[in-house]
Formats: sequence, C-alpha cells, structure tokens
Amino acid sequence: MLAFLLRRLASLIVTVWLATIVVFTVLQLVPGDPALLMLGVNAQPDTLAALRSQMGLDQPILTRYLDWAGGLARGDLGVSLTYARPVAELVVERLTVTLPLALLSLAISTVLALPLGLYAAARRGRGGDWAVLGFAQLGVSMPSFWIAILLILLFSLTLHWFPAGGFPGWGGGIGPALHALVLPALALAVPEAAILARVTRTAVLDTLGEDHVRTARAKGVGRTAVLLRHALPNALIPVATVLGLQISFLVAGAVVVENVFTLPGLGRLLYQAIGQRDLIVVQGVVVLLALFVVVVSALVDIACALADPRPKGVSS
Amino acid sequence: MSTAKQRVTQRVTLAAIAGLALAAASQAALAQPRTDLVVGMALEPPHLDPTAGAAGAIKEVTYANLFEPLLRVDGDGKLVPGLAERWTVSEDGLTYRFTLRSNAKFHDGTAADSADVKFTLDRARAGDSVNAQKAYFAPIAKVETPDPQTVVVTLSRPDGLFLFHMASGDAAIVAPESAPTNKQKPVGTGPFKFDRWVAGDRVVLVRNPDYDGVKPKLDRVTFRFVSDPAAQVAALKAGDIDAFTLFSTYEALPEFRNDPKFAVTVGSTEGETVLSTNNARKPFDDVRVRRAMAHAIDRKTLIEGVLYGNGAAIGSHFPPHREGYVDLTGLYPYDPAKAKALLAEAGYPNGFDTTLRLPPPPYARRGGELVAAMLAEVGIRAKIEPVEWAAWLEKTFKGKDYDLTMIAHTEPLDIDIYARPDYYFNYRSERFNALNEELNRSQDAAKRNALYGEQQKILAEDAVNGFLFMLPSVTVQKAGLTGMWVNRPVQANDVTNAAWK
Repeated sequence: MLAFLLRRLASLIVTVWLATIVVFTVLQLVPGDPALLMLGVNAQPDTLAALRSQMGLDQPILTRYLDWAGGLARGDLGVSLTYARPVAELVVERLTVTLPLALLSLAISTVLALPLGLYAAARRGRGGDWAVLGFAQLGVSMPSFWIAILLILLFSLTLHWFPAGGFPGWGGGIGPALHALVLPALALAVPEAAILARVTRTAVLDTLGEDHVRTARAKGVGRTAVLLRHALPNALIPVATVLGLQISFLVAGAVVVENVFTLPGLGRLLYQAIGQRDLIVVQGVVVLLALFVVVVSALVDIACALADPRPKGVSS
Repeated sequence: MSTAKQRVTQRVTLAAIAGLALAAASQAALAQPRTDLVVGMALEPPHLDPTAGAAGAIKEVTYANLFEPLLRVDGDGKLVPGLAERWTVSEDGLTYRFTLRSNAKFHDGTAADSADVKFTLDRARAGDSVNAQKAYFAPIAKVETPDPQTVVVTLSRPDGLFLFHMASGDAAIVAPESAPTNKQKPVGTGPFKFDRWVAGDRVVLVRNPDYDGVKPKLDRVTFRFVSDPAAQVAALKAGDIDAFTLFSTYEALPEFRNDPKFAVTVGSTEGETVLSTNNARKPFDDVRVRRAMAHAIDRKTLIEGVLYGNGAAIGSHFPPHREGYVDLTGLYPYDPAKAKALLAEAGYPNGFDTTLRLPPPPYARRGGELVAAMLAEVGIRAKIEPVEWAAWLEKTFKGKDYDLTMIAHTEPLDIDIYARPDYYFNYRSERFNALNEELNRSQDAAKRNALYGEQQKILAEDAVNGFLFMLPSVTVQKAGLTGMWVNRPVQANDVTNAAWK
C-alpha cells in the first residue's frame, strides 16, 4: 500500500510540474505585451521599458521560469502584474465566492436529485416517473447561462426577490452574501440535478432487481422500507461517483455563471487575467486548478484501491 | 348590535388614520433625498493610480472624485480650477505660475502643497516613470516651489496643450508618502475618499469631510463593474444600479426611453471612430484607393446599424462639439459607382482582397461587419479577423502589421497623432507637420482653431483613414438623479455635482 501511495504521489508531482512547463510556454507564445496593455497607445518606448523591467519581463525566459517555478515550490505564487497584489491573496479572495457557490449548488442539486430519482424509481412507468424524466431531459438540455437568464427575468426583474447580479462581499454580513449566491447556485444546480436524478433513478431500479432486495421483499418488508433501507444505500455508490465527477464540471460551469451574474469568483479572475495578459495570475490559477484535478483523481484512485480487496500489485 | 357596529367603525377609522400616517411617513421619506449613488461601468480598473496606467476605468473612478490635477476639465470640456485655484502664463508661453488652494489636504491628513506638485511632475517625467502619457510632461524644463502655495513650471519649448494636459488624470497630484501604494489604497485631495474595493465587483468612495472646496451632496458613491450587456440591463431594471455610464447596449435604449422610471442622455465622447488604414501598404498607399473606400462607406447606415442612430458622423479626425471643428462629412458622399471608378483608375477594376482586423468592443465588431459588406459592394473583399486587445496592441498598433482595422481614438484633442512619424497609420505629410509645429507655438484660441481647421482639411483630402463617427456617451439613469455628465470631454465619471431630487 505504501509503495502504491508513493507511486501515486510521484506521478502527482510530475503531472503538476509538466503543467507548469506547458502553461508557462503557451503563455510566452501568445501575442500580447502586458506593459503595452497597461500603458496603452500613447506610451513611449522608454516608459514601456521601465515598466517591463519593473515587472521583471526584461529577464531571459529561462530565468523567469526558474524564478516562478522556484517560488511555486516554496508555496509563493508571485505578485500580479496588473493588480500589484500577491496572487495567493487574489486567489483566496476569489475562492470565498467560488467555493461557497460550488458547495451551495452541490447541496441544492443533491437535495433536488435524490428524492426525485427515488420517487421516479418508485413510480416507474407511471405519471410521476414521466414527469421527473421530463424535468431531467429539460434540465440537461438547457445550459446554465440560459437558466441563469430565465431566473434573473423571473426572480430579479419581475418579482424583485433577488439581486440581478453582483456580490456585496462577506464583510456586509452572511445574509446579503448568501442572498446574492442563491440564483447563481440554482442556475448551476439545475443541470447537475437533472443528471443526478436520472442516475439515481437508474441505480435504484438496478438494485431493486437484485437478489438481496427481492429476498427482503419476500420476507415481507414494506415497499417504502425496502426502497429506503435496502435499495437506496446500495444505489448511492454510482450516485457518489457521478457526484465526484460533477465537482470539476461545477468549477467549469462557475466561470460562465460568474460572468452572467458578475460574481467576483475565481473563474472571472482567470478570464480577466487572460485579457490583461497578467501572466503570473494566469499561470498560478491554472496550476492550482491542475493540482486540484490531479489531487481529486488521486483521492478517487486511493479510495478505489482501498475498497478493492485484490492484491495491490495486481490492481491499480 | 350597535356596539359591534361602532367597533367596526372605530376599527375602520383607526385603519384609515394608520394608513394616513403611513402615507405621511413615506412622503417624509420621499422628501429626504437619497445621499448614495451606485454607478455602473462595463470594465473594472486594474488598479486605482491614474498616474500609472492607461485603462480608462482608472480615471472613470478616480478623476475629480478622488484625485485632483492642478486644473480640471468640467462637463462642458472647459478648464476649471483643480488643486490650483488660479494660474498665469507668461507672454512667451514658457513660464506657468500656479497658485494652490491654501487649505488643501490629502485624505491622510497631510497638507497638499507645492512640494507635492513638484514631486508629482518630476516623478512623471523621470527616467523610470511609468506614466502612460509621459509625453505630456516632456516639455517641462524645471519645476520650482518659491513658497508652499506657489509652483512655477518652466517649459523648454512652447506647448499649446500644456494646461489641457495638466488637467488630465495622468497629471493627478499625488503625495510622496502615498504614491507607492496608490494602486491599492489611493490617497488624493478630492471631495471623495477611498473606502473599499471588493475586487471583481465594486469600488466604494465616501465623502471626504475635510474637503476644503465645494462639498459634494452625496455621502457614498459605489462604482459597480458589469461587463455582460444582458447583466447591465438587468441590473438597471432591478434597481441595483442608479446610473450606467458609457452604456453600449444601444438596442435596449428604446425600452429605457419609454419607461418613466429612467432617463436616457446621449452626448459625445472624444472617441473618433475610424477605419484605420495602413497608408504604407499597397494598395492603400494610393490616395485614389483610400478615396474610393471613403465613397463606398455609407455613414448613415453604419451609425444606424452600430449605434442605433445615437452618434454623429465625422469627415475628419476632430469632434463636432469642439471649437475649431470643420464639417467635412460632405467631401466624399456615399457613391459606390464613383468608388468603383476610382478603383479602376488606380488599377483595380476588379477590386482586391484585404483583411480587416477587429478589436473586441461591440462598435468595432458590429461596425466591422457592416464596413466589410459596404466595401464588398465596390469589389474590396475584406476578410474579417477578430482579435483580442492584447493581440491588437501587439500586432496592429505596435507591429503596424495590418491592412485595415477599426478603432475609436478616445484621447481628447489627439489630431497630433497624424504628425507622429512612427504611428501605426504610417501617414506622412509635411504640410500637416508644419501646421502642428505652428500649433505648438500658438496660445491664441482663434489662431489655434484656424490651424486645427487646416489640419482637418488635409486629413480629409488625403483620406488618411475612413472617418466614420463619434462614439456616443450614453447614460441610462434613474429619473430624479441630476448632475451626471452628458458629454465625455475627458475619461471621467465626475459625480461631485450629482444629487437626487
């Protein structure tokens, strides 16, 4: 087991290191000078040179890579070229929006999907089932940004229950901040909930056909009790797998939804930084995202290895 | 029975009184005008130091509100006192004497005196300066401070635009103690001071209680940044934003105009929108080709299609609202047949292929499509190439590697760009340059205007670029809000006079 973990850790480090090389190289190839972008069309050559040297852009490429990668190894993400603030600080600030948004929509989609899926399975082939399947089909077909616009039309412009966008910050209290996150979270959650509801329905139907469930039923356990105590716990394994997959989709979807609702999240930071050629910020955020994905997949692998009773040398 | 009836009557009376009281209370609330304002902007500033960046959004938040230059430009484009309450210019146009307000203070409580002005001007023209408009300060030979309230600036050569440049955000007066941290925590001398910045969302300014000039009517001004057009409309309609400046979702304007809750004003910016043409590259080095393009473009349709009619046509590189403007829009009337004839004369009877590179703003992307279609009518087949800002600046502006592009030149009074030898138009005219020299030597307004007129005519005759329209300054605001600028003589959201009725 220890050898497996070490191997997993080594491949994780190599993957992230390769990611740093790729993102750094790609950004060098993209046209665009951060100094020119900052000083605009009337900037004089000597002013541009002064700013470039201030930003450290006059150093050779290899030196710049080593400086940056060395900083990363020490946990230092560098200082943003445009905002003149440490990248780590910017990322943490934006995570306070993106993380609650992702968690809230994960919670909403789970709370919506499990009962719906279970209900559809119980009512298989009848009206209720069709209604849930219909909702799921609709939810899967509509992209988050479209749902977002519909939600704004109804809840902000017509009913005035929620703001149409923006984020007051957590400094103004938890209430207003959560209030601003409800619609975006809902917009993100609906497509995820639709997928999850279908997965739950299928998984529950599968387990309902298994021997132990049929035995329980034959022993006289009631329909509802069988559904909740025997079918659901077993169905949760595939549901949890899909849920895990959805986390990365939530982060990707957050970029779009953050733009529709003008939420100052990590996705918008990345989007703006690319436009401003804030190379240090782009590099830092991309590497952090790569690290996140790699760590999540490593955790999944480790969990599978733990759950798998076969010898470790054979599996994985 | 009667008592029951009485009770009912009593209740009704009570309810009526309560209702009246409520109505009175709400009327009292109405009589108290609001003292806060939320201004919407499309772009967020990268930082808040106007002396170290070209991004318009920096000045749109800070100019006049937070930072003051020596002079200011008001909503009509006139020069008015800023940190300097008066100034004199010597006969030869070389010595400027500024007298500062006696009680001016920075937001950190320190006095704003001549030493700060000297520091600001010397910093902007120093070797390691990162001022986006360093050329504004190039004529300065020396800055002297005979006393704390007086600054004497000596120029090495006359500069007719010097005062105008000293009124720009790039010349905002900063203090040596706070200059290094102004990007994140701006400290100025203006009527509002910095409160907080929720990165990615808003910047909040609050009234500066110690301001020594005319105090603003508002207590708090929030600048919110909303880039998505649909989100801008939604935020206005939901009441989250009180006024959206430089609003560019023109198709939504009829809706706001028909709604009594909103007021829409349409003014002009300083943005001459042109079809920039690489004058050094074939076939655009032939004036007949450039004139053919001028005849091929129907400005009226273009303005209708891009701005939904909210903009003025131009015939040269000068805004119609400024003194010295000459109307040259009639020089090349829309005439595809004439355009084709000119092309044939230049040796292109079957037209030619070219590329039209378009930066991200909607006026360029939308306008570019229309211009390309109009050029195609006369045989000029322009391939559209959309690019983002960074790539546009690098390849088109700096690299001068382009055929045609479309862009608004937003700097005020920038006709002198045509005299720059290394500018991306690749245009050279001795006559134009001579007029420019003369402009630099003259302070007299009438003479300057005449010279500007001559310059405009030369540019139009040479058809240097396709001169299209002025970018409008559209503000959508709640009815009852007053004091917002209609025109945009400099990049600013000056809210020092804004108030609720």
